[in-house]
Amino acid sequence: MNKQFDPHKNYEKTRKNIGFVPLKKASLKDWKRIGFMSGLEVHQQLKTSRKLFCRCPAGVYQDHDDFDGEIIRHMRPTLSEMGEYDGTALMEFRTRKEIVYRLNNKTACTYDIDDTPPFKINQEALQYALEISLLSNLNIVGEVHITRKQYLDGSIPTGFQRTAILGVEGDIQLSNKKIRLIQLSIEEDSCREISDIGHTRIYKTDRLGIPLIETVTYPDMLSPYELQEAAEYIRFLNRSTGRVRTGIGTGREDTNVSCRGGTRVEIKGVSHNSWLPLLSHNEAFRQYALLAIKDLLLKKIQNIKIWKITSTELSDNKIETIYPPIHEAIKAGFKVIGVNLPGFQSILSHFTQPGKVFADEITDRLKVIACLEKPNMVYSESFYQKELNLEFPEIRKLLDAGDEDAQIILWGPSEDIPTALETIEERCKMAFEGVPGETRKSFEDGTTIFERVLPGADRMYPDTDSAPIPLADDFIAKLGENLPIPVFKRLQQMQDCGIPEDTHKYLLKKNLLPLIDRICDELGYSQKYIGTFLGHYYRHMEGQKDPHPEFSYNKIYGLFSFLKKKRLDPELAKSMLGILVDHPNMEFNSVLTSLNFRKLKTEALLAPVGFLIEKFREIRRSEEETKTKKWLMGQLRKQAIGNISLREFSHLVEKEINAYNHSKDDNYPD
Amino acid sequence: MNKDFFQGYKGEALKILKKFNVRVWGIAEIDTSRGLFKGTVLPRAENDDDKHIVIKIATGYNIGVATNTIKTIKEIGYLKANYKIPEQEFPFTEHLPNVKLIGTGGTIASRLDYRTGAVIPAFSPGELYGAVPELADICNLDTEKVFAVFSENMGPDQYKQLAIAIGKEIEKGVDGIVIGHGTDTLHHTATALSFMVQNSPVPIILVGSQRSSDRPSSDAALNLMHACYAAGHGDIAEVCVCMFGPTSDEYGFLHRGTRVRKMHSSYRSAFRTLGDTPLATVRVGEVKALKNNFNHRRKDRNVEIYPFFEDRVSMIYFYPHMHSDTIDSLVDLGYKGIIIIGTGLGHVNKELYPAIERAKEKGVAIYMTVQTLWGYVHMFVYETGRELLAMGVIPLENMLPEAAFIKLGWALGQTNDLEKVKKIMLSPVIDEITLREPYNGYLVYQGGVPEVEEFIKKFRK
Repeated sequence: MNKQFDPHKNYEKTRKNIGFVPLKKASLKDWKRIGFMSGLEVHQQLKTSRKLFCRCPAGVYQDHDDFDGEIIRHMRPTLSEMGEYDGTALMEFRTRKEIVYRLNNKTACTYDIDDTPPFKINQEALQYALEISLLSNLNIVGEVHITRKQYLDGSIPTGFQRTAILGVEGDIQLSNKKIRLIQLSIEEDSCREISDIGHTRIYKTDRLGIPLIETVTYPDMLSPYELQEAAEYIRFLNRSTGRVRTGIGTGREDTNVSCRGGTRVEIKGVSHNSWLPLLSHNEAFRQYALLAIKDLLLKKIQNIKIWKITSTELSDNKIETIYPPIHEAIKAGFKVIGVNLPGFQSILSHFTQPGKVFADEITDRLKVIACLEKPNMVYSESFYQKELNLEFPEIRKLLDAGDEDAQIILWGPSEDIPTALETIEERCKMAFEGVPGETRKSFEDGTTIFERVLPGADRMYPDTDSAPIPLADDFIAKLGENLPIPVFKRLQQMQDCGIPEDTHKYLLKKNLLPLIDRICDELGYSQKYIGTFLGHYYRHMEGQKDPHPEFSYNKIYGLFSFLKKKRLDPELAKSMLGILVDHPNMEFNSVLTSLNFRKLKTEALLAPVGFLIEKFREIRRSEEETKTKKWLMGQLRKQAIGNISLREFSHLVEKEINAYNHSKDDNYPD
Repeated sequence: MNKDFFQGYKGEALKILKKFNVRVWGIAEIDTSRGLFKGTVLPRAENDDDKHIVIKIATGYNIGVATNTIKTIKEIGYLKANYKIPEQEFPFTEHLPNVKLIGTGGTIASRLDYRTGAVIPAFSPGELYGAVPELADICNLDTEKVFAVFSENMGPDQYKQLAIAIGKEIEKGVDGIVIGHGTDTLHHTATALSFMVQNSPVPIILVGSQRSSDRPSSDAALNLMHACYAAGHGDIAEVCVCMFGPTSDEYGFLHRGTRVRKMHSSYRSAFRTLGDTPLATVRVGEVKALKNNFNHRRKDRNVEIYPFFEDRVSMIYFYPHMHSDTIDSLVDLGYKGIIIIGTGLGHVNKELYPAIERAKEKGVAIYMTVQTLWGYVHMFVYETGRELLAMGVIPLENMLPEAAFIKLGWALGQTNDLEKVKKIMLSPVIDEITLREPYNGYLVYQGGVPEVEEFIKKFRK
């Protein structure tokens, strides 16, 4: 290699060349420049008591080691209708994974392990999903056809997910544009992965089969923040029905991102909407970088059609590096292989994502496709080439490498090496084309790694085990009768009645608007007051500690109803709620007792004013008269709360002070 | 337009398609009271209603559009799919055994038409090689479809045809035979072949699949590999059923044809040997015998074929308060043999006595087996048994009811002399009656018991 070549500098230079801007500094102009486009697939579990196609309970979870039995399956690709194997299918088969499922008798039955055909679809789930479809303005199908969608990663023991379309062509209204929806489907949730090491992947089946809906948008979101807004809207819409599960893992997003000239890449399993902007921003720029790499390579390499890698096995004494994993690999009896990539100098250290380079694209694929655990390779443009002695001139000689070439050393069990070499060559050749279609796994830092090849459209076929389900007009009409108010109308409504804006997301997320409506409509409180109470006060309280499991929002209604009946001031709700979240079954009267609350008439509340003024005069340090009122309020506040509104009381106290002072003035002769 | 344009549509749906001039495989825009739907019109399953039109939308999903919501349909294109399984020549390898795969029409090798859901059989060596390329490392495969019927429609004619076809193949010199078969009556056919094909010098392996091969986690490919390995390389030259051992993709069992039974409606490991242990476990590369008394592979071609069957044979599954007319009607209809599947040790109610006596007088052969499936008929223990014996009901030891039914048909196919029939029935051909039931021949463990739970957790069931 050219001794002057500096991978660090190359990384910085290429990062600059493509015009990468961190999300925080980016603007609409940048996204327009790279042609940012994104769509969403929002998954949401439904709150049903049982699974979708069997009668196992839904929403019961187990620890990794809490299982009663294990089974093993291998997934084989099946032919597409054109008589070809799907790309993902072939890749999954090449990886030769042994899939282990851990079963717990409480949550899995013989349907879950594909030893029993499906039972009739869960009617409760179907109804909930249809309600959400109606709310999403979708055209509801006349007949539901259960379809099999193949997944060969093993996440479903059958090798396919049973799924069905309920509606197509809908829309949602964001703050300044409409987003079109492609479809909404009902489907069974997949297994949760426990581990994936070498050729063994372990799953547990507790989540498998839980009813799920997937809302799919068109790629109408043209900025990362629009993407987040759409994701939030869909989540709020789903939650507004009260038919969905909440909590960790019950709602997940996949986002499809591309830049101009790029390819649809699917980022899977984003569990927080707040991660979407950074992930999609970085992905669009990764694609932009890959397009830049393509241009570089097409300039550097004369004939891409005959381009290929060369490799040689390295025995112990040819390896100059001090990098410990290589020496461990040799000790473990692994093969160590040197690979030459003609013309790839400056490509391996080319920027792709913040902190990541093109070589990462290769190492990620080696892990997934060839089952080589990381670290699985080192390369000639590593940032640590000096420290690790990775310039390997000897190996370059062995590989007959030219100045413009780059090298990789990889290691692994000998039976995995052929796949590994194919994988490297395949990924490099893809660089000539630009951006490979992939699904990618997301990380909290906003970067992604290769997960699998993007599946084609040919992986869908009818489920011959299930009959079509007709959806009659009157059934749909009936479901449409009790739909919640659409989210965009709710947002307007909150604004109109003065509920502070910083509470809106919280109130929608927790689906508290029906509660606010109920409290206000039935008990006559103001929307603004209750909205603020929940969005500020209750939210703060919830942030401090988890409410008792038996506490429900219904208690809040009960509380206000109680205060109304007893003609007590609503301000009392705050302190009462503090006790109720811990003791949800305590009677409201007892809560009052534990607060030492006494029902007092206004005169009684004001009676100590004279005495307190005198007291304050004894102890005060300032002559300022306004302090008197403040101190008095502090003394009287607690008894007053609940008996009278504090604003009114403050008013009365002031009057009383004035009156007292006045009477004193009267009593002292001039 | 001819009927092919409207595959499967009838009544209302057909009327609408004709009205708007739209064909199956037409790309249609359907305007309905529920909005617009766009997709390719698919054929409709024959038994589905006439109130919906099925289309495949752009995302690959199928949906149905209700005819009573349709305002107009416009055909904007046409795209007929031709689904075909790719054929690649099955490679010949010098040192590998020659195996003949005989097809009967089961789901062992079939693919689903992605568009319609119709099952397309993959059967020629080329198609099978395309689907399960590993087979080429196991054997040289030749295939022949003897007939194509669903498992439940198999019967004496098919048993006889199969037996004759097997005889011919053995004489031609194959190293092993595999028979692809639906699973429902796999054990009936296995029993029939056990009697009809005797003294075989090579393995005859029946195989099926519990999950069709269009599914990624199907057991078909592994079963087929196991069967081909057992047929081509194994030393057990008997009629065997080869199906999953555990439900996991681990190993297969070879079950003796006369002692095997399908014991679950859908499990992969549905087939079990009853009253004995299976013959062997099979993995690609190894047939490991679990029993040591079996017929070994031979070089000669001295197979004996006995293709006989009398189909006026029936089975009576006894239930409490059964009326005598159940038996009377069979006798009146001219049935020559009846297998009673009795309760407990081999009992029926008193109400049947006159009918049984009448049947015996009319020369009907009556044999007793047990509903318990495990265990022997013991008719001396209780009075009822002794009375039935006195009436001429013949106990069949621990012969499985289905095996008894097949054997009685086979015996009566050879002779009408009831004494000779009795001799045939009570002389085991190949373990349909065993002299002893081993201690590990009866295993129906119950979950919940700590030691069973421990076992289930440790080993794959």
